[in-house]
Amino acid sequence: MSAFNAIGEEREIDREEFTPGIEPQPTWCPGCGDFGVLKSLKQALPEVGRTPEETLLVTGIGCSGKLNSYLDAYGFHTIHGRSLPVARAAKLANPGLEVIAAGGDGDGYGIGGNHFMHTARENHDMTYIVFNNEIFGLTKGQTSPTSPKGHKSKTQPSGSAKDPIRPLSLSLTSGASYIARTAAVNPNQAKEILKEAMEHDGFAHVDFLTQCPTWNKDAKQYVPYVDVQESDDYDFDINDRGEAQDMMYEAENVLKDGTVLTGRFYVDEDRPSYQEEKQSLGEMPEEPLAERYFDDDYEWERSYDLLDRHK
Amino acid sequence: MADNELIWRIAGGSGDGIDSTSQNFAKALMRSGLNVFTHRHYPSRIRGGHTYVEIRASDEVVDSRGDGYNFLLALGDSFARNPKENAYYGNEEVKPLSENLDDLREGGIIIYDSGLLDASEIPDFEERAEENDWHIFDLDLRSMAREHGREVMRNTAGVGATAALLEMDLDEIENLMENAMPEKILEPNLTILHEAYDMMVEDYEFEHDLRIPTGEHDEEQVLISGSNGVAYGALDEGCRFIAGYPMTPWTDVFTIMSQHLPKFGGISEQVEDEIAAAALALGASHAGVKAMSGSSGGGFALMSEPLGLAEMSETPIVLVEAMRAGPSTGLPTKPEQGDLEHILYTSQGDSCRVVFAPGTPQEAYEQTRTAFEMAYDYQIPAIVVIDQKLSGENQNVPESAFDRDPNPSLGPTLTEEQLEDAPHDPSGIFQRFSHDDPEDDGVRPRSLPGQKGGRFLVTGNEHNESGHIEEDPDNRITQMDLRMKKLESIREDLDSDPETSSQTYFGPDEADYGIVTWGSSQGAVREAVERLNDDGQSVKAIGVSDLMPFAEKEVTEFLESVDEALVVEMNATAQFRGLTQRELGQFGEKLTSLLKYDGNPFEPAEVVEGFEIQIAGNEEAPTANTRLEPAVSD
Repeated sequence: MSAFNAIGEEREIDREEFTPGIEPQPTWCPGCGDFGVLKSLKQALPEVGRTPEETLLVTGIGCSGKLNSYLDAYGFHTIHGRSLPVARAAKLANPGLEVIAAGGDGDGYGIGGNHFMHTARENHDMTYIVFNNEIFGLTKGQTSPTSPKGHKSKTQPSGSAKDPIRPLSLSLTSGASYIARTAAVNPNQAKEILKEAMEHDGFAHVDFLTQCPTWNKDAKQYVPYVDVQESDDYDFDINDRGEAQDMMYEAENVLKDGTVLTGRFYVDEDRPSYQEEKQSLGEMPEEPLAERYFDDDYEWERSYDLLDRHK
Repeated sequence: MADNELIWRIAGGSGDGIDSTSQNFAKALMRSGLNVFTHRHYPSRIRGGHTYVEIRASDEVVDSRGDGYNFLLALGDSFARNPKENAYYGNEEVKPLSENLDDLREGGIIIYDSGLLDASEIPDFEERAEENDWHIFDLDLRSMAREHGREVMRNTAGVGATAALLEMDLDEIENLMENAMPEKILEPNLTILHEAYDMMVEDYEFEHDLRIPTGEHDEEQVLISGSNGVAYGALDEGCRFIAGYPMTPWTDVFTIMSQHLPKFGGISEQVEDEIAAAALALGASHAGVKAMSGSSGGGFALMSEPLGLAEMSETPIVLVEAMRAGPSTGLPTKPEQGDLEHILYTSQGDSCRVVFAPGTPQEAYEQTRTAFEMAYDYQIPAIVVIDQKLSGENQNVPESAFDRDPNPSLGPTLTEEQLEDAPHDPSGIFQRFSHDDPEDDGVRPRSLPGQKGGRFLVTGNEHNESGHIEEDPDNRITQMDLRMKKLESIREDLDSDPETSSQTYFGPDEADYGIVTWGSSQGAVREAVERLNDDGQSVKAIGVSDLMPFAEKEVTEFLESVDEALVVEMNATAQFRGLTQRELGQFGEKLTSLLKYDGNPFEPAEVVEGFEIQIAGNEEAPTANTRLEPAVSD
């Protein structure tokens, strides 16, 4: 009998299952975009057919890091910027888990930027949601890597001299195989995109625009948004790297003028996930590694077999 | 000092095959029934530069490099030359000779490659040779090697000549070469081996006394390093996940694991940095796999955040810290025991971790197994501390030391059936961090993601029973106390069976004086103790491995039983002495430190000398390379 019976369980999943019975009072401010992420995620998960118990949500630090306090699933609230390495190892250890990592723009594009680049490069089969509100929220309003150039804050009193990070372009360059941007103000699109991201077999990066009514009053509230798939003004091949790149570049350029382009920007269905690559090299077992510890019949190989070379 | 011992030094350039040649020769000596110990000295560069390996072989136990050596095979450095200008970088071409003369014992043997080295360039060479009664053989090994194929084979020629001079049988060497070399290069190597051997026997008269010692092993032996010990301990304990980033000397462990894990059905990940490496180990462990990571000082510094997260989230992981000389990148290829305080206390908050510092390759194997056991049984990070010395030095260990059952246990985890009866909060969340302590040892059994009925949240913030962030003072105290209680329980667990104690004792049960050491300095201390007692001193020693939780009982008993003690460690600030005094709250007036931090490990003679000066009243400083730090007087 498997030790992980919640994994792959096929049944009708009630949306409410992901809502804790006693809901902790969210510490997010009224009007915060993070509520939108939580709501979309709660809607998407049952539609993907995932149960709370086979879902592992790994978060970083910041307002976004509290996401798993309000979503009833297995959760690991890690440390600033480190959600991705924790999440991808959990997925390698037990590929049956639905692994989602989440963090903010400071967490994911700043302190965790290196991990973002490498997780995308390796194309781990997981979903990464970055709450992008262009500000550090929980530490009270400092300039973040996505804050526009010239943005003034207590730590950048004369305004930021830096161009903001281009998360979509960075993601594509790094190797993510599914890249989308959505916004908390558009819950329907968000739900659909999260669903696709979870169903995608590879690293799915969702840049999730979330408004911060407390610390980023100047920032655009990401309305009106334009869905690039719905609009006739934008015609590009989502599977074509070059076209996707141009489209992302434009989306990142026009955001500073208040034009919010959302939707899917790049999808590569053909690229094998990291897990598949490793398995094809014989560097990862076909059966989930975590199951092995519960298999009484498994014969554990020993270093004893290696000693001959030392004789 | 073993009376009947060979200490053979092969010197030349990095990349000249010194390592593989010496590895084979050491095995041949072990197979002939001797105890062997190898010491590797190399610069932080890929090719060229002065490097040597020493092999010490004796019928008695050897677990240090010994003092000096008695056989030099100087090969010359084929990569440091600049043939275009017909010049050398500096005087590097004579280095394998000139650099290696100071420690060569009286009556010792020198073979040098006259094809590459010119002894006449060393001004006082002949005088020194005469003074020290050295027996010198200048052989054109390079030409010999060229004749039969490749120049690099001059090390095989050197081994052949060595065997002839020591009256050593070639059988074992031949067997090993047959196993290690592909057919194409085996033939010329065997030819050159015999040619050099025959040439020595036929053309030279031997006037030296040094011959190969004879010995016998009761059981099959293997030649392994501390890094092998750590890696094999991890494999046998069921570790199937490793993540790392290369850094000397940790790379040895990482490499061994990476080469074997896939064959064992495990996963090895080379990742972007050390923060990621430790975080990956955490993620894999959280999902239900025995996992490890590790680094050397600089990389371990980066791991301090995930290490703290492992403590707070009570996620078992094992980290290896293979120390090298610091601060910062320090001496990349040289040993030091300078990271002790860093390892014990790094990361925010109160330290809640287990730290073992094995002293030999066999202890590295055993204590890595214990580290995994403690980590998973108590849901706590465990750190195995080795250093560049222990990591790279090879020593023979009985094969039977590995003959233990595998241990794939993940420690206290609940099955789905058990989870049905486990405490849940009203919303159905499993109370993984329950205030109840079922075994009274601070450990609350965990569930694993994917199990029915086991949903919980884990966080690096202080949390309540379900894992949610909670700042209530009463809850804080309860959770802190439970986490810290694990250390007491581990101490009791480790103390419960004195037979399996990780501390190692040398010398007589009763003695006037003591020597206290830790980690890899143990080997030199052991030998110094034997020598001091042979010379009429009354001294015993303890090698301490349990650093956190500290081996309080055993060290207290040891120190109470002696009048005073010398604390031997490789750092400048007496870190282990500080730990001892801090943990035991006494003995300050009893402890003098003998410190060494020049990048080289202790040799037994230095410990003997330090001890004698201390006992004689601390009147003069020991050798220039060590330092005495007097006791704290009241």
